[in-house]
Amino acid sequence: MNATRTVRVYTSVGLVAAVVLAVVFVPLLFPVDEQAVDMAHKLQAPSLAHPFGTDDVGRDVLLRCVYGLRVSLLVGVVAALASTVIGTAVGAASAAAGGRGDRLVMRVVDVFSSVPHLLLGIFIVAMFRPGVWPVVVSVGLTHWLSTARIVRAEVLSLRSRPFVDAAISGGASRLRVAVRHLTPAVLPQAGLAAVLMVPHAIWHESALSFLGLGLPTHRASLGNMIQDARGTLLAGDWWPTLFPGLFLIVPTLAIAGLAGVWRERINPRRRSELML
Amino acid sequence: MTQTQSEPAAAGGPPVPRGRRRLWGPAARLTGRRLLAAVPVLAAVTFGVFAVAAASPFDPVQQYAGGGGLTASQDTLDQLRHNLGVDGPFPERWWHWVTGALTGDLGDSTALRQPVAQVIGERLGWSVLLCAVGFAVALVLGTVLGVAAARRRGGMLDRCVTSVSYALEAAPPFWIGLLGIWLFAVRLDVLPAGGLTDTGTDAVTAGGLLSHLALPALVLGVSQVPWFLLYVRQGVADALEEDPVRGARARGLSERTVLFGHALRSGLLPVLTLVGSRVPELITGALLVETVFSWPGIASATVKAATATDFSLLAALTALATVAVLAGNLLADLLYGLADPRVAWEEM
Repeated sequence: MNATRTVRVYTSVGLVAAVVLAVVFVPLLFPVDEQAVDMAHKLQAPSLAHPFGTDDVGRDVLLRCVYGLRVSLLVGVVAALASTVIGTAVGAASAAAGGRGDRLVMRVVDVFSSVPHLLLGIFIVAMFRPGVWPVVVSVGLTHWLSTARIVRAEVLSLRSRPFVDAAISGGASRLRVAVRHLTPAVLPQAGLAAVLMVPHAIWHESALSFLGLGLPTHRASLGNMIQDARGTLLAGDWWPTLFPGLFLIVPTLAIAGLAGVWRERINPRRRSELML
Repeated sequence: MTQTQSEPAAAGGPPVPRGRRRLWGPAARLTGRRLLAAVPVLAAVTFGVFAVAAASPFDPVQQYAGGGGLTASQDTLDQLRHNLGVDGPFPERWWHWVTGALTGDLGDSTALRQPVAQVIGERLGWSVLLCAVGFAVALVLGTVLGVAAARRRGGMLDRCVTSVSYALEAAPPFWIGLLGIWLFAVRLDVLPAGGLTDTGTDAVTAGGLLSHLALPALVLGVSQVPWFLLYVRQGVADALEEDPVRGARARGLSERTVLFGHALRSGLLPVLTLVGSRVPELITGALLVETVFSWPGIASATVKAATATDFSLLAALTALATVAVLAGNLLADLLYGLADPRVAWEEM
């Protein structure tokens, strides 16, 4: 059991590292013009020269996947950070306010969760189209709910712990308790939520792009690539569709694996042992 | 807040009365309470929708006037604004929309050139059909594979099934749909690639419907399977290690009776009650699958409305989706109380 866990940890770390290295260095080492077409080499099946084949205007699918993953990751990370900041702020404020304010905030969270995320995202993008920012905003604005719930619960449970009581009876101000004692304890949870949110945000970005509501169509995002490849797919050429999808799945699984390890490390029992 | 997301209130609840439980009264009262609670939620959601539209650069007058809006005089535009009923502040327009909606008037769709109510009436049935069949596929596949995986936890089959589940969970449904089209419509040429009828005909026949429904429903189902399968596997595997199962085995009952009579019943219970709370994911899946397969349902209309910035249709469909989610939550709670006698509907 432990051996498989170790394998899982190293695979996840390795894959995440590979993804980060690829999206940072491949565009530096192989700079390509995203608009460039090469009709002489269009729709070539995977080969040694083009491991993932070429698309309907002769662009290398592997290279384009890396570029697409870079855009998708950027959008995903920014949106995940935004939603984590919103969620942490709302959750902490709600827990700190308590009473009526807390109930009101939680009602608002309930209202938000009764609209499917993707639909809400579609609505926001439809109203503010087109561009990168509406996508980031729409994904960020629709994904802070779970973080807010987690942070609120965490703050509420921390507030009744002895060390907080000790700090208060020691004469610490509310601000000092919040900054010195609550924030460091909540940060790992918020960080975990942010990491878990990245694949989710990427998923949403690709879905919006696929529906034609996401990033501008000339940008190589993974959702745009799958949308572009629909015509060639019907003609029987599968590679421009298959590989961008795999590029969505692999980082998601790697990040989820990494987050799972992190979750085990910050699980409550272990942490309370460390604190005592 | 749905009860399904928190622990059952059973432990500290009132003693369960002996004999038959009275079902209809408490169920009706819970439904009534939820209907009342839905009113402010719907009001808040639609108000938010109008607020976002008011804050956005979208202008219905420019959209209506099209290219002419650039050259028309300010007076003409103001007159048009008044005629379209969009000259007031947005809370006023929201209230106008709400009062209209109560009488069945949801405005006109600019993208589909029909009254919104008619769009919903024509398309809702197809979406419900697709979602129902897709969900049934997910339930059957999830239960069969989940139970099979749970019987030998850590075995070859279990590891295959769980790995594939995680991969499927990460895979976008539209991508699965496109690969399905490639395999079944392009390579094998056994199923149509999309739509509701064959090219050149508008008549919907039973056989034609079945062949056009098969692939979208399968893809929607497969995209919903991982969640369901992993829950079933967990529930049944845990149940197989509990005392009642050990007792049943000790009494020499057959593996079949143990599995279906004991483990499946207690293992599936928590999952079945969560079914209603999956409505948001089902809607998300339908949005993508209907678009991939040009299915003439409500979800593909949503995407069309968004592409054309069709505010009336988007507002109505957002409200409709909210209603569906709330109804799903209610269904989940009703099933929960029905399946688990320790749970009292009165406390939800």
